[in-house]
Amino acid sequence: MLTISNLQASIGEKEILKGINLEVKAGEVHAIMGPNGSGKSTLASVLAGRETYEVTGGSVLFDGKDLLELAPEERAAEGIFLAFQYPVEIPGVSTTNFLRTALNEIRKYRGEEALDAVQFLKLMKEKMKLVNIDQSLLSRSLNEGFSGGEKKRNEVFQMAMLEPKLAILDETDSGLDIDALRIVAEGVNKLRSPERSTIVVTHYQRLLDYIVPDYVHVLYKGRIVKSGPKELALELEEKGYDWIKAEAEYQQ
Amino acid sequence: MTPNSQSYSRTSPLKDQLLAAFQVTEERINGESKSPVHQVRRAALQQFDKLGFPTIKHEEWKYANVKNLIQEAFELETPSPLSADDLHTLEIPNLSGNILYFVNGRYKPEMSTIVSPAAEVQILSFAEALKSQPETINNYFAQQADYQDNAFTALNTAFAHDGVFIRVPDGKVVEQPIIIRYINDAREKKVAAQPRNLIIVGRNANVKIAESYRSLGEMTAFTNVVTEISLARDANVEHYKVQNDTDAAYHIGTTQVRQADNSHFYSATVTLNGGFVRNNLNIVLDGEYCEAYMYGLYIPNGRQFVDNHTLVDHAKPNSYSSELYKGILEEKSTGVFNGKIFVRQDAQKTNAYQSCKNVVLSPEATMNTKPQLEIFADDVKCSHGTTTGMLDEEALFYMRSRGIPRTEAQALLMYAFAQDVLTQIKIEPIREYLSAVVAQKLAM
Ligand SMILES: Nc1ncnc2c1ncn2[C@@H]1O[C@H](COP(=O)(O)OP(=O)(O)OP(=O)(O)O)[C@@H](O)[C@H]1O
Ligand SMILES: [Mg+2]
Repeated sequence: MLTISNLQASIGEKEILKGINLEVKAGEVHAIMGPNGSGKSTLASVLAGRETYEVTGGSVLFDGKDLLELAPEERAAEGIFLAFQYPVEIPGVSTTNFLRTALNEIRKYRGEEALDAVQFLKLMKEKMKLVNIDQSLLSRSLNEGFSGGEKKRNEVFQMAMLEPKLAILDETDSGLDIDALRIVAEGVNKLRSPERSTIVVTHYQRLLDYIVPDYVHVLYKGRIVKSGPKELALELEEKGYDWIKAEAEYQQ
Repeated sequence: MTPNSQSYSRTSPLKDQLLAAFQVTEERINGESKSPVHQVRRAALQQFDKLGFPTIKHEEWKYANVKNLIQEAFELETPSPLSADDLHTLEIPNLSGNILYFVNGRYKPEMSTIVSPAAEVQILSFAEALKSQPETINNYFAQQADYQDNAFTALNTAFAHDGVFIRVPDGKVVEQPIIIRYINDAREKKVAAQPRNLIIVGRNANVKIAESYRSLGEMTAFTNVVTEISLARDANVEHYKVQNDTDAAYHIGTTQVRQADNSHFYSATVTLNGGFVRNNLNIVLDGEYCEAYMYGLYIPNGRQFVDNHTLVDHAKPNSYSSELYKGILEEKSTGVFNGKIFVRQDAQKTNAYQSCKNVVLSPEATMNTKPQLEIFADDVKCSHGTTTGMLDEEALFYMRSRGIPRTEAQALLMYAFAQDVLTQIKIEPIREYLSAVVAQKLAM
């Protein structure tokens, strides 16, 4: 589904991604871990199409399409969704209004008919239950004055509404209390299917207890320096990153 | 301000023509020429003659350059073929209440509808009121709007013949809004219109008024309007000014308000379109426990110019004023916001707030803001802030990452930005009309 080959990206003069290789097949869950500032959010942003990063090399294929050629909105319509580490406040636009616009734009791109108000509300109700989110939150300006946890939950709600083929969750677990974490993880799990894939960026094993990954990768200084089965996350939790850093420096 | 010799242009074709036109009108109205109103007109004309039109050397007209306008000459009366049947093209959907039409500056009773009972409110054209109640006019006309320093007000005063006269007696609540529609039909000929409005609101009376300006055609349409509003104690007035003019139009207007004790004045000025727009909104809080609210929205594009000057004069203690102006500037447009707040020595316990927020969508658009606080009392709460920024790229990316294309995302953000002002408009059909036009203009 997603093939990243030797992806390099920089901001200004600064090289951040230094050759990422990653293959995500349909139905798989990949976890990406790694120390602060190693480039995890950068990778997520580049996949979503943030223009502040310049892609200086490599390629990304998504369902056979050259992803890097597409505008962010086209990527969304092709089925990519990024749950932001820091969701952005959209003053004056309610989640409801925002999602109705987003959903119908995506449907338009796909040549599908727009959902009418009734169909849209029905879908909303259904997904609200899934992530246990409150109507009152959805009628407020998107993310404005939301608590950290509310923002994250809203990201998952948006994901549920848009039903992406590839969801990239960037530290969606941070800022969530234990109950919220479980609800959010359940939300993600309910959306799992053989056609859908997920990339989970996290610092904590905790989330991976709920969303069990097929693979765990460690990103360090702009490269994936180690990959392994889900047990790798446990090992990282136990030992920290020093041994990985040492290994990586040694290989250089 | 003492005007120096460069602040005004002494001669110009428009000035010459207007001076000559004044003579012509004087001959026509000889019966009226001894009246006190006409004496004021004369004095105003002399003042205009003395001043001439302001140049950009004049501090108050620094950005508002009228040099092209004053090269033009207009006919005094421009007939328009516009008929009641043509109005549907200009309709504001679902409008109801008192609707007064002016075409090229002249009242059109046959197009207008007045529904409020006369006991509730007197609604007349200024021309009719001059005849039927000269006393009242004498007492109020040109009492607020100063023509000594403002050449355009002087000019309007000199040519004050038509417009709207509204008087709400003490204690009356005018149920239906009063909507005044000024239409300049410049499809075949240039038009100049100088409406003069006088609004007198009695004690504990309540009224909602909207002035809507609209021009048609490719030729120059020039409006120079003055509205004087007087609020007695405990009066409540909502006043909206809506501008949807062509790129070839000039609009220069002054709304002059005086508030007595415990009165509430609530206003919004929305400029949807217009080549050259200068709005002066001057409020004198000449009483205690007054409240004045001023909202503004302007969304110029092309080479449009929109200049809002506001002045709140806190003359007495314990009053409150609050101001929010918002602008969205596209292409090569220019915006100006100049907000003055005076707090006189007597005006202790004043609360005055002012905010002006702008989004500049193109590198070729400019916004000039100048808040001016002059505070002579010591126990006051005042704040002001202006921001001018570009579109929030983070917000745009967030929206695009959800599938909303850039232009739609931008339109959605800007529409929401504008809504802060539009939601303040309490005459529903007008609010809906404005929302629709704003959405349309932002979707480009
Ligand atoms: N807009 C930017 N301008 C300058 N440097 C940037 C910018 N965005 C990211 N960086 C730098 O790129 C590096 C990688 O940042 P990134 O946010 O991808 O890290 P991360 O792995 O997500 O870290 P964390 O675990 O703290 O979220 C950091 O050194 C960061 O400072
Ligand atoms: Mg990060």
